[in-house]
Amino acid sequence: MSVPQTTRDFQSNGSSMFKSSVNRRNFLQLATSGSLVLLCKFSDGQEVIAQASAVDPQHFAPDLFVSIAPDGTVTCVAHRSEMGTGIRTGLPRVLADELEADWERVSIAQAPGDKRLGDQNTDGSNSIRFFFDRMREAGATARTLLEQAAAKTWGVPASECYADNHTVKHRGSDRSLGFGELVATAKTLDVPTKDQLKLKPRSQWRYIGKDVPIRDLDNIVAGRAIFGIDARMENQLFAVIARPPVVGGKVSSVDETAARAIPGVVDVVKIPGFEGAPNFQPLGGVAVLATSTWAAWQGRDALQIAWDLGPNATYDTDVFAQQLKETVNQPGKTLREVGQAVDVIAKSGKRVSADYAVPHLSHAPMETTCAVANVSTAADGRVTACHILTATQNPQAVQSAVGPALGMNPDDVLCNVTLLGSGFGRKSKPDYCVEAALLSRHAGRPVHVTWTREDDLQHDYYHAIAAIHCEAAVDRDGKPEAWLQRVAFPTIGSTFDARANTPAAWEAEMGHTDLPFDVPNLRLEVGEARSHIRTGWLRAVCHIQQNFAVSSFVDELAAAASRDPLEFWLELLGEDRQLDMQAAGLGNRGADPKDYPYDIGRLKNVLRRAAESANWSRREKMPNGKGLGIAGARSFLGYTGHVIEVDVAKDGTLTVENVWVALDSGTIVSPDRVRSQLEGASIMALTQAKYGKITFKNGRAQQTNYDSYRMVKMADTPRSIHVDIVDSQAAPAGVGETGIASFAPALCNAIFAATGKRIRSLPIADHDLSWT
Amino acid sequence: MIKIHVNGRDHELNDVPEDTPLLWVLRDHLGLTGTKYGCGMSECGACTVHVDGQAVQACVTSVGEIGTSKVTTIEGLSTDGSHPVQKAWKQHNVPQCGYCQVGQIMMAAAMLNENNDPSDEDIDTAMWNICRCGTYPRIRAAIKSAAQEMRKQ
Repeated sequence: MSVPQTTRDFQSNGSSMFKSSVNRRNFLQLATSGSLVLLCKFSDGQEVIAQASAVDPQHFAPDLFVSIAPDGTVTCVAHRSEMGTGIRTGLPRVLADELEADWERVSIAQAPGDKRLGDQNTDGSNSIRFFFDRMREAGATARTLLEQAAAKTWGVPASECYADNHTVKHRGSDRSLGFGELVATAKTLDVPTKDQLKLKPRSQWRYIGKDVPIRDLDNIVAGRAIFGIDARMENQLFAVIARPPVVGGKVSSVDETAARAIPGVVDVVKIPGFEGAPNFQPLGGVAVLATSTWAAWQGRDALQIAWDLGPNATYDTDVFAQQLKETVNQPGKTLREVGQAVDVIAKSGKRVSADYAVPHLSHAPMETTCAVANVSTAADGRVTACHILTATQNPQAVQSAVGPALGMNPDDVLCNVTLLGSGFGRKSKPDYCVEAALLSRHAGRPVHVTWTREDDLQHDYYHAIAAIHCEAAVDRDGKPEAWLQRVAFPTIGSTFDARANTPAAWEAEMGHTDLPFDVPNLRLEVGEARSHIRTGWLRAVCHIQQNFAVSSFVDELAAAASRDPLEFWLELLGEDRQLDMQAAGLGNRGADPKDYPYDIGRLKNVLRRAAESANWSRREKMPNGKGLGIAGARSFLGYTGHVIEVDVAKDGTLTVENVWVALDSGTIVSPDRVRSQLEGASIMALTQAKYGKITFKNGRAQQTNYDSYRMVKMADTPRSIHVDIVDSQAAPAGVGETGIASFAPALCNAIFAATGKRIRSLPIADHDLSWT
Repeated sequence: MIKIHVNGRDHELNDVPEDTPLLWVLRDHLGLTGTKYGCGMSECGACTVHVDGQAVQACVTSVGEIGTSKVTTIEGLSTDGSHPVQKAWKQHNVPQCGYCQVGQIMMAAAMLNENNDPSDEDIDTAMWNICRCGTYPRIRAAIKSAAQEMRKQ
């Protein structure tokens, strides 16, 4: 069996112009050819991608993810999206390692959306976890066949042949053949089954766990890398869209006279609003199509639109935050219960309680959402083909959102993926791709949609505003005997089901119901909260609010007991053990607890290691205004401990001086990229904790750009961020989001140590930290 | 018609109003997409280019203001990524997603032209660009490496 490949790498070759050549006839031909296809060509005359078998019939392609050319070039298919984690390099490295390929002779081809490749939603810190074994199998499949091909050529048993750095060698003689020389023979052999594969032992790993520069590095620093905003199709128009200022709003009337008078404006087009839940449908509004982004933008701003704002026009986050606080101070729906927490607390003589609040946040990826689409229609208006080129975290979601919007089978939507100017979850929601597709169908030519920063911040799928109530009954030594915790926030489910109004179990399991502490009586509840906006997932998702509350509350309990916070953490976590996930009713992100247990010992270990690196014991002697704070978390199946050192000046100026973070995410593929993710997560978490806040009045987001939605910059970056990665052979866990959860509470605990001021609501910028 | 000098070449632009931001002229009219849009109001620095060697934000600079000045974009900083700042960026593996890095590099290159031995405070002041991935510690380290290299030259 041979599965031909035609995916081509265009992400960073410096040519962003494609001639989209989609038509129904060749589309159907290609769709049935069983190959990964890319139906476009470079304007500078480079090779047209056509049918796979026509392009490279000589290639050896025993697996969807790998092919080898007769010249020995190995092509690995990258099917996850590159938004800064290094995954476009990391997964091909795993495959190349198992294949014994020479990395210098490996090229990487970015896959379009194609469900045969498996999950492509680059989200949830899942890429290595989901595909580490799959990449090894693909590499081992090709390697095994190359070894068999050499054996056949030499007339020796395959067991005497072994691959070594792009050649197959014979044990017992000095014979060797290059991979390319074996392609013709390997193509004729039967592909082995999974159980016939023998994977390399860890001791022989060549690339896994070793650093290499990301493949796109040269092109990024030369400005040649192609992002979604740079994607071009021949003859494309540029579109900027006026969307309803309130979610669910509609256009009442529009005067487009002034917009059409702008030089370069070609057309003004209404986009219908969504029905039911927002899902990944466009918000609706009025688009201006023009010959340049700026003309479209000017045209958009010249539109005179009267809006019917709809039922969400009264949404006010000041009022809503108060309602959430009231909700979490009343009984809710119990998701996990051990013992009799409510009774024990009611009878206790010593109670500690606190209410925490976290506001809405926006993803604000550096590159706003952008897509170019080319939709072809027949004479009767029926859509015959659709090609989309975009910065997406999930090309399959693009297919399934665009398909129904155009009346097409989703599998027939061709979605190619550029580099992403970061994503953080925003770009797994393809409403912007549907906009581009609808506009291209209308215009009869390619249309590139660009969101302005104002569009981005005012029409996001926002991180939910939240309230968390923590309450404990403690014994004479300050150790909790009972713990009651309630959270309320609009659920992500509301974006897909308008009736959903309570946090889902999987959301609660991100730092709330997966409470790991050795406390005999537990009650963990969720409360109702309706969404008045599009609620979405942002890097680290519910860990942002839930771990902030839980890990702040641990520090409050330690302070109430006059205990060292690190010792208190370790004691509260209890004996090294594995939580019984099944008994606790916890989903574990779908992972088998046998491979991914909740291991208390590993959590304690990262806390200890972070504390050790930070020289924790010096906290006793720190002067007023300086402090160390600590927090730990398990998130996305990985473990982090953060220790943060702050300086708070008497006037309240906060300086985060140093950050120490220890990570245990099991087996690590790319250590330097993991370090960079942890550095970046600390800075992103600092932005969120220090400044992050989206507020709504009259249903409208009040923040419009980076002047009102402030970011940490160089000047308030910690002087050092020390990343300590635990050397582990455990199954690979998440990394991308894992570094967020323990940062904000460690920071606020440090502020408490420095000033005695307890931050129970974020952002920190709302609080006066001055002291005397 | 507007004449503009970019990366050593003269360009003539027809039907482009003088108040069009340089950013969109570079990207949409001249096809130089290395310069990025981030905010449109000089808050993030993603669109930083050099005008007569000075760092300028192309999103708030109209093409009509350029006159006879020489514009340099990332495509003109070096032809092969060999500028000391670009080399240092690679040495420190600075980029994550890479989107803001062009603006960061252009900002750093302009700063180092003026001051090839910047202190941490100098870097804090000059490098006000936003990076959502949080590459600031490596940017700082790369600037120091590039400065060292430039002092040797």
